Amino acid sequence: MFGGLLQYVISGLTVGSAYGLTALGFTMIFNTTGVINFAQGEFVMLGGMMSVMLHQAGLNLPAAVILAVAAATAVGAAVERLAIRPVRRATAINLVIVTIGVSICLRGLAMLAWGKDTLRLPNFSGAAPLPVFGASLMPQSLWVLGVTLLILLGLRLFFSRSIHGKGMLACAYQRKAAYLVGISVERMAMLSFALSAATGAVGGAILAPLTMTSYDVGVMLGLKGFAAAVLGGLGNPFGAAAGGLILGVLESLGAGYVSSAYKDALAFIILLVLLFVKPSGLFGRKSAERV
Amino acid sequence: MKRFFILSAVAAALGFCAVALAAEPIRIGAVLSVTGPASFLGEPEKNSMLMLQDEINAKGGVLGRMIELVVYDDETDVNKAVLATEKLLKKDGVAVALGSSITGNTLAMSGKFVSAETPLVSLAAAEKIVRPVNPWVFKVAQSDRLAVGRILAHAKSRGYKNIALITVSDGFGQAGREVLKEMLPAEGFTLAADEVYGPKDTDMTAQLTKIKSAGADAIICWGTNPGPAVVAGNRIHLGMATPLYMSHGVASKKFIELAGAAANGLLLPASKLIVADQLPDNDPQKVLLTGYAKDYQAKFGAAPSQFGGYGYDSLLLAVRAIEAAGSDKPAGIRAALEKLTDVSGVTGVFSMSPGDHNGLSESAFVMVEIVDGDWKIIP
Repeated sequence: MFGGLLQYVISGLTVGSAYGLTALGFTMIFNTTGVINFAQGEFVMLGGMMSVMLHQAGLNLPAAVILAVAAATAVGAAVERLAIRPVRRATAINLVIVTIGVSICLRGLAMLAWGKDTLRLPNFSGAAPLPVFGASLMPQSLWVLGVTLLILLGLRLFFSRSIHGKGMLACAYQRKAAYLVGISVERMAMLSFALSAATGAVGGAILAPLTMTSYDVGVMLGLKGFAAAVLGGLGNPFGAAAGGLILGVLESLGAGYVSSAYKDALAFIILLVLLFVKPSGLFGRKSAERV
Repeated sequence: MKRFFILSAVAAALGFCAVALAAEPIRIGAVLSVTGPASFLGEPEKNSMLMLQDEINAKGGVLGRMIELVVYDDETDVNKAVLATEKLLKKDGVAVALGSSITGNTLAMSGKFVSAETPLVSLAAAEKIVRPVNPWVFKVAQSDRLAVGRILAHAKSRGYKNIALITVSDGFGQAGREVLKEMLPAEGFTLAADEVYGPKDTDMTAQLTKIKSAGADAIICWGTNPGPAVVAGNRIHLGMATPLYMSHGVASKKFIELAGAAANGLLLPASKLIVADQLPDNDPQKVLLTGYAKDYQAKFGAAPSQFGGYGYDSLLLAVRAIEAAGSDKPAGIRAALEKLTDVSGVTGVFSMSPGDHNGLSESAFVMVEIVDGDWKIIP
């Protein structure tokens, strides 16, 4: 019984890490630009697909993953420069629609370039499961959880210690004031896209051995990641990561103890109820709207 | 002299028209899911059809006329399938149509064919396409019932009693689940667990953990790539030794590639194509199967799949029916389709009747085990 519970939690946390990393990307961009970037799931896809492609081209695994993440980061920056910045004076809703267009475009390009098949990346370190109190744990799950924690830690340091991180936070609090004190809001926006793409791509690469990847994995991940970001309180990066983990565990427990047919429904019902009770999300700041 | 030229030119033009009229091709429509999630079905289906079309036309066509395939891609989208059907029936005026690749699209399309009184040969698998019998709709893919029968006979011979199900929540999985839930008690098995996963799910550990605690003797997984590969992988992750049966929906090399080492030891009913070289020489399909596999590999540089076989068979049946009917009148083709017997196709040997618009028997499947990343026929 306990082994079962532990197993549900382990698999929930692993899947939840992917949601969390996607959610992190959503919040970082939302904070600096006020845009919900629906191409976030595609960044995750790019990380996974490019890792597989580079690995198949003969690169060793670490090099393939690092190069894939770097390339996805460049794509993220390019998206901001080519698709968002030219129309930055448009309303937020228009920008959101631009990101939907970008996501369809990236997905289509990935399909044309790499085909429609589902692909798999080899495990980073061995495929033999480790027994833990009656449950079993894949070494890859440790990688996923470990890397997610590292990224969170890195971002925390970046936002609290580096001048760029602080600049991005300033943009989040008050764009105009950030302009006035000499922060290049445009550069911060590009940085936020690059950083989100990097986070998403890392998620895509570390999950590819467990969950496999294909050109259209971004759709579902984008949706779940967005839900996780809302659950954690849109605007709070660490809330978003926590939201992802909670969503993953809820899904897994729902499948285990209630019914696997209603797995997705259950997670979203809890999300809805929570939003009725606490509209700002679990860890969101109350926003005071001036009338 | 000038007048003579004009006259002869006119005569030549008229003559040309007459020839063109006599050789007006017979148009056969097809709606296939060439792109989108079911592209793994639609693409080989389209390739196989075009290959067979060229082969038939090179041999002089049918009834002295060429055949012309009009293929539309429904992008695995039911709305696009219905739109393409409208186009086939109203604009292209086809004599008979083939498609679509998936059950949902076929069911949405079939009503249109009844009112247009044009026969449709579906490439999708679900039984409800032809049960109850729709006079205008036929199908070439094996019914789930035949595959389930094959699996249960094997499970019985191994002495398994408690069977757990894990099915995907799409049309293919749920149709299979219904047949399984109906046939399990009828064959004397107990249903130990009945789990479901979403078509885009990437982790089925929770469902398998539940099955593990239910103490099943064997698991039957019903789905198409990539879900079953995830199930196979998760089974290894959880250290489960429970035998795992797959459906015929994963009988392609792609599945073994995806599942990797986790595929070894899995059991499934598969169409004979994937084990053509292991078949005994007296098998009625052996010659056709090896020929098809060789041609497909040579022409498209990819391994043939049973899905491509559905494309091949649907066109084969349509052409045989046109031949038997002696005309391209839709009603005549329909009546002839219903009377086709002993037609050896890639999928199996078809013998249609007014009560059976699929025409296959359990012999369309062989049980195979995956051994060292390859298929092996088991008794």
